[in-house]
Amino acid sequence: MKRPTLQASRRPRTGDAILWLATGLATLLVLAVLAIILFDVIRNGTQKLTLGFLTKAPAEGMTAGGIFPAIIGTVELVILMTLAALPAGVATAIYLHEYADPMGIPTRIVRIAVNNLAGVPSIVFGLFGLGFFVQFAGGGIDKLFYGGAKVYGQPALIWAALTMAVLTLPVVIVATEEALSAVPRDVRLASAALGATKFQTIVRVVLPQAVPGILTGAILAISRGAGEVAPILFTGAAYFLPSLPHTFHDQFMQLGYHVYVLATQSPDVDATRPLLYATVLVLLALTFALNASAIVVRSRMRRRFSGAHS
Amino acid sequence: MNMQVAQETAEAATGSLSVGKLAVFYGDKKAMGPVDMEIPGRKVTALIGPSGCGKSTFLRSLNRMNEMITGCRVEGDVKLDAEPIYGPGVDAVAVRRRIGMVFQKSNPFPKSIYENVAYGLRIGGVNDRSELSGRVEQALEHAALWDEVKDRLHESALGLSGGQQQRLCIARALAVEPEVILMDEPASALDPIATARIEELIHELARDYTVVIVTHNMQQAARVSHHTAFFYMGDLIEFDRTDVIFTKPRQQKTEDYITGRFG
Amino acid sequence: MSGRQHTDREYEHELLQLREQLLVMGSHVETIIGDSIRALQERDAALAERTIVADKIVNRMEVELDGLCLQILARRQPVASDLRFITLVLKVVTDLERIADLGVNICERVLELNSEPQLKPYVDIPRMATEVQSMLRDVLDAFVAKDAERARKIIDRDQVVDALYAQVFRELLTFMMESAHNVYRATRLQSIAKYLERMADHTTNLAEMVIFMVDGEDVRHLTSREEASEARQPHPHNN
Repeated sequence: MKRPTLQASRRPRTGDAILWLATGLATLLVLAVLAIILFDVIRNGTQKLTLGFLTKAPAEGMTAGGIFPAIIGTVELVILMTLAALPAGVATAIYLHEYADPMGIPTRIVRIAVNNLAGVPSIVFGLFGLGFFVQFAGGGIDKLFYGGAKVYGQPALIWAALTMAVLTLPVVIVATEEALSAVPRDVRLASAALGATKFQTIVRVVLPQAVPGILTGAILAISRGAGEVAPILFTGAAYFLPSLPHTFHDQFMQLGYHVYVLATQSPDVDATRPLLYATVLVLLALTFALNASAIVVRSRMRRRFSGAHS
Repeated sequence: MNMQVAQETAEAATGSLSVGKLAVFYGDKKAMGPVDMEIPGRKVTALIGPSGCGKSTFLRSLNRMNEMITGCRVEGDVKLDAEPIYGPGVDAVAVRRRIGMVFQKSNPFPKSIYENVAYGLRIGGVNDRSELSGRVEQALEHAALWDEVKDRLHESALGLSGGQQQRLCIARALAVEPEVILMDEPASALDPIATARIEELIHELARDYTVVIVTHNMQQAARVSHHTAFFYMGDLIEFDRTDVIFTKPRQQKTEDYITGRFG
Repeated sequence: MSGRQHTDREYEHELLQLREQLLVMGSHVETIIGDSIRALQERDAALAERTIVADKIVNRMEVELDGLCLQILARRQPVASDLRFITLVLKVVTDLERIADLGVNICERVLELNSEPQLKPYVDIPRMATEVQSMLRDVLDAFVAKDAERARKIIDRDQVVDALYAQVFRELLTFMMESAHNVYRATRLQSIAKYLERMADHTTNLAEMVIFMVDGEDVRHLTSREEASEARQPHPHNN
């Protein structure tokens, strides 16, 4: 029987070629879409992107000025949202992963709830925020502390932040759980074998190793929070405010919402268009920066923790 | 217990383990036992047997690490120098501080070498810096690792070689000053030279600690231990001095296993 | 011992080979004993010469078997019964070679005796030789059958040979006292009887080794042979 030759065949193997071609084209397509968006935005947005644009308030009915209040509002919103979502989400994930019986009914119910929460459309969150936070909680606070005056019972920074927190909670929980799972079992066993209580193991070994994953989840949640508009529509975002928000019950301007406003509520569409593009550019840049930092954090931490295991 | 008996027990405390009718169940299935064994203190005892014979399960029962596995149930008792380690009033965490364990694949924490060794001390409440460094150095010396790492104590433990990492894990266990050290195939992932160093270390450790080592390498068991226990299909078949087991074992199964007649 | 085979067939084969070669060597030695006594009885110088040459085969086999044992020790790290077997083979080979050398010594004395007429009819010496031959055959059988009981019986028979030697010695002594003319032949005959007595001692050693291999009990150097043959129990079960 003749043995197959070792010489490379002159005709390339067709299966490989087809696959290479197909996947390459798909990648090019995705890159093309991204390029078109970026190209369009950059071409039209850099014109008005000046330092003044970033530091001044909008003026003359949104046809001039800058987006400074929107930036501030976005930052405040994101900070409050993170402060609310992160501890709650991390704690939930720790409970689910470390303490709860994985097969138990309560655990399974919680998991189902978290998964479903992740799938809820963001506008529904907005309505929830309006009904529960603004009217119920806010109204209750007004009745108890302000004698019926409308202080908290209206759209406010705090309610928008809490609504966003609920929206991003599943992301934080899932990312944290994934980070906890990634901590290998053998270091947990090592800690236990040294006479550590469960609490000590979690705090001294598991959490430190899970931090990069948790951070990644947090950054992704933040980047989502910076861009989502629907949940804050009824719960706190404002079309225009003369002053910056400085209490929890103030309203605020926000970048994503400002894009909507510039695109639909402008008296002079042509004058506003360059401002619109510039705002979009800022928003995109912010999102990209957040995602990029998530990637950097993740890869740097990964290197630190994987080491040179021979 | 009256004063005299208590005193005698304290004087006789050598880190010996007394195992009575020990059996381990995973759910309804019996994985091992019942086993009776007297493990002498300050000696090396080897546990040998084919895969799945229960020797690792037995080892884990000696420091209550089996409880980390869900669905695991233990019957019978184990006593450390006449003190029971199972029972309603006994704290598993305290048991593990006196009976330490080193695992098959070295598992240092992703921290510095110093922090790895100091970990057991910190969780025990030792925080004084001079005491910590003293005990860390001592533990690393006992594990024959001090000279190699003394200049890089604050570098990551993950940068060490496999054999060094395993010795680090041993140092980490020693820092807590246990009475017994359990080793689950400590050298199986190492090359011959690193293995030889670990074996030499085990030999030295036996002067101060009771060592129980699971190994699938019979020559290693013969080299390293004073006593050997042969497990097969969850039962203890024979337990005797190592030289007896390897020259004239009493049980046919032991003979068949160690001569390689398991067809 | 176990009827099971080694998982490693080649190892099993090596052990088998070792055993067979040992038996072959044993039968060569048996032949040498028989031929040397026949050469004595028939005053056959040619046979004596041939037997002396035949010893070379035994020497060569000693070297081969030692080499085979070393190989197995190095490569297989035998334990328990295998270990006892290998160490036994090493010692048995030495003893067998000594017995063969004693057979050569007998042949040398035979050649010396042929220079003079036969002193007396040979009765006890051939009886000693028969006993020694049968002891050797039995010890090799006991080895093959792994029968410690049989080996113990051989230890008892050494006394028979010792008694025969004492008898031969007394008889030859009277011959020497009778006449100085007899001394040359009598001393040669006494030497031959002595060689046979030492062969029996070596064979007894072999029997002790078989007991050790089978039972793991070391019965060498016990104060009396009776104690050895009475110690029937294989392993003391209390430790």
